[in-house]
Amino acid sequence: MRLKLVPQNTSFDFFSRWKIWLGISGLMMVVAFTSFMLQGLNFGIDFRGGTTIRTQSAQEIDVGAYRDAIAPLELGDVTITEIFDPTFGEDENVAMIRIQAQADAEAVSAATVTAVEAALKGAAPDIVFVSVESVGPKVSGELIQTAVIAVVLAIGAVLVYIWLRFEWQFALGAVAALVHDVILTIGIFSELQIRFDLAIIAALLTIVGYSLNDTVVVFDRVRENLRKYKKKELKEVLNISINETLSRTVMTSVTTLLALISLYVLGGDVIRGFVFAMIWGVIVGTYSSVFVASTILLWLGVKRDWSKPSNTAGNQFANVDA
Amino acid sequence: MLQIDTWKRVLIWAVCVIGLLMALPNAFYTRVEQSNDAKAAIELGVDTPEMQAEAGQWPNWLPSSLVNLGLDLRGGAHLLAEVQVGDVYESRMDAMWPEIRDALRDERGTVGTIRRQDSAPDEIRVRISQPEGMSRALEVVRGLARQVQTLTGVGATDIEARAEGDTIIVRLSEAEQLASDDRTVRQSLEIIRRRIDEVGTREPTIQRQGTDRILIQVPGIGSAGELKEIIGTTAQLTFNPVVSRGTNPDAVAGVGEKVVPSIDEDGVYYTLDAAPVVTGEELVDAQPAFDQNGRPAVNFRFNTSGARKFGDYTLENIGAPFAIVLDDEVISAPVIQSHIPGGSGIITGNFTVEESTNLAVLLRAGALPAGLEFLEERTIGPELGQDSIDAGKVATIVAFVAVLFFMALSYGLFGVFANIALILNVGLLFGLLSMIGATLTLPGIAGIVLTVGMAVDANVLIFERIREELKSAKGPARAIELGYEKALSAILDANVTTFITAVILFAMGSGPVRGFAITLGLGILTSVFTAIFVTRLMIVMWFERRRPKTIEV
Repeated sequence: MRLKLVPQNTSFDFFSRWKIWLGISGLMMVVAFTSFMLQGLNFGIDFRGGTTIRTQSAQEIDVGAYRDAIAPLELGDVTITEIFDPTFGEDENVAMIRIQAQADAEAVSAATVTAVEAALKGAAPDIVFVSVESVGPKVSGELIQTAVIAVVLAIGAVLVYIWLRFEWQFALGAVAALVHDVILTIGIFSELQIRFDLAIIAALLTIVGYSLNDTVVVFDRVRENLRKYKKKELKEVLNISINETLSRTVMTSVTTLLALISLYVLGGDVIRGFVFAMIWGVIVGTYSSVFVASTILLWLGVKRDWSKPSNTAGNQFANVDA
Repeated sequence: MLQIDTWKRVLIWAVCVIGLLMALPNAFYTRVEQSNDAKAAIELGVDTPEMQAEAGQWPNWLPSSLVNLGLDLRGGAHLLAEVQVGDVYESRMDAMWPEIRDALRDERGTVGTIRRQDSAPDEIRVRISQPEGMSRALEVVRGLARQVQTLTGVGATDIEARAEGDTIIVRLSEAEQLASDDRTVRQSLEIIRRRIDEVGTREPTIQRQGTDRILIQVPGIGSAGELKEIIGTTAQLTFNPVVSRGTNPDAVAGVGEKVVPSIDEDGVYYTLDAAPVVTGEELVDAQPAFDQNGRPAVNFRFNTSGARKFGDYTLENIGAPFAIVLDDEVISAPVIQSHIPGGSGIITGNFTVEESTNLAVLLRAGALPAGLEFLEERTIGPELGQDSIDAGKVATIVAFVAVLFFMALSYGLFGVFANIALILNVGLLFGLLSMIGATLTLPGIAGIVLTVGMAVDANVLIFERIREELKSAKGPARAIELGYEKALSAILDANVTTFITAVILFAMGSGPVRGFAITLGLGILTSVFTAIFVTRLMIVMWFERRRPKTIEV
């Protein structure tokens, strides 16, 4: 007996309510964008400059005491958060302290870090500084820039590749799905105020890759079916193609999610934000390859040579059969 | 129908075996690492029985390259430093001044008297009392220029001189500035490398980034602060003539002079001639030593040209004080007692033994040509790294088991084939990573886990396709063949696009992001290989043996 997530033959109609799906996607993008405009992203020091100190001690963490210890140093915006994680042991009490970039310094000021460490030692004698990271404002500005360029470049490169391999309508559909995924991912990071750092950019690009992977598989089948069912309407061909690849889409999403969820639960807190972005991306990416990419393709239409009146035999697809 | 040439079969298995062999050392990480370290030590001449025993822990005939662990996994310090390339212009100009002065003095008849004016540090301004001799003066100064090699063209010189009224302004030409920047960064890189090597840590990464930045990563070091102490000191040693000694930090310094504090006499300031007699660049050796009173000191020796300059100067200036200046602080300012011809000397000061040893190390490694500004510094404790490795291991194993189980449930025997391929895939990935000496980071582990999840995709595509082909009631052999054939274009397109993003990530990213891109990109290569070749070979071999009339996928 085989485990079947999707029945052998399905014939869901994915496009009977295509306007609603596009509407929902559009609405979600608007929400994501508004959230981004209103509260922005919770940028990590990679993008904002500043210092984060990860501390660990055997005693319970008293955030107030830490705050009082640091306050006399007058460092401006200081955030102290205690971190809880199932992977921590009994006496592992971990806190993250983030200090904004100091106004006068282009580079990293070692004196600030030393002063903060000394102050915290006063508050909790057994404190250990597990990691200390400082990024100067000069670099952080550049990091944002490179990150944005990377995402744009990736999307652009993909656009060209799909255009070459398929047709421009396919490329537009795929890219619309990508933009959709990226915006929704940024949106959820803004909505939940999860820390957004360099690793998240890597996650974003992987989502781009994954979503694309999914879209391309569907499109590949569409391309094949367009040659096979020359008389069928585009909508029907799209439906057939999505149904035929549905089992694969679900299988791959499930295996990837299985792997990611185990990493999310067991991989420790350092990497959790990153994995969260990927999980979200896999879900959104799977959704978008069906409901955004294909719908846009339907909307744009595909040039199909058989519709030409002169077409009898010998058109460009005639000899192409696998 | 389902035929694969024997040579192809051999090749496919050979690739798998080689890949797994390359991956093998990673399974015995600590042991292989100790053995490698011991072998390196033996090569350097430290040959003790313990070393031999450690080296013997891993046989020589097995591959011994390991995947490097990134800082976030091993712990250590990371610094991104910007070389202050502009510093060099100033010292170049200071060094240029005596030459210009002497050349113009020879032309006193036409240009009159000369006087150096205050100016920005990267230029020299000279006023001449007879402006009508300006063209001659410019000619003389330009005559001092040297040709520089540039990419764009010939005929560029290292300095530019122009006239502004009765003042000549001399500065480095643009071509020379570029060349000088490049040289400065290279030199800094080399000197940082030497200093870190003197301390002797394992596998430091010292890379140039962009035009004027240097990335330094040293695993296993306690903190970025410690690392900065080793590399952050410029250790610029100069010997300057002393003009006067006083207690006023704001003493008015004449043109071409500077006021420098004393390192251990509080409130004492020296006014020095800015152009040094000799610099630390001309040192050939420096050793910690003790002076005649038994206090720690540093012995040094100049090269031939340094020794000559030093000798000439001491001969001409007996009875005058000169200052030994380290990074703009006067260490000591002895009075020249006699001609010092041999080119060696001793630096005394209030040193501790440790300080004198450190100073000797810094002088020996050479001075940094320019200051460093730190733009980014990260310290990751070894415990955090170990925690991340442990968590990563558990997560990878769980992910692996979950996926294996799921595949077997969904596709039965074919799922088992895919699973074997998946295990091979991770093995090959580690093999590749060790072969190219890649660095594994925490996001890199995530990349591997993601590869595990996605690697089955190609197989899923094929199996689903075979299922479909079976429906149209072709024989099993034909269905398998068609399944592979038709799934190929989807597999290629899907993986090429993901590979493109991995390449872009690698090109644009830094540090951990790059680590992720490497595992993702290589993971795509190995997973396509295992899906298209390895599972296919396994299925074909199984098919040949069993010749089933029907198959269930």
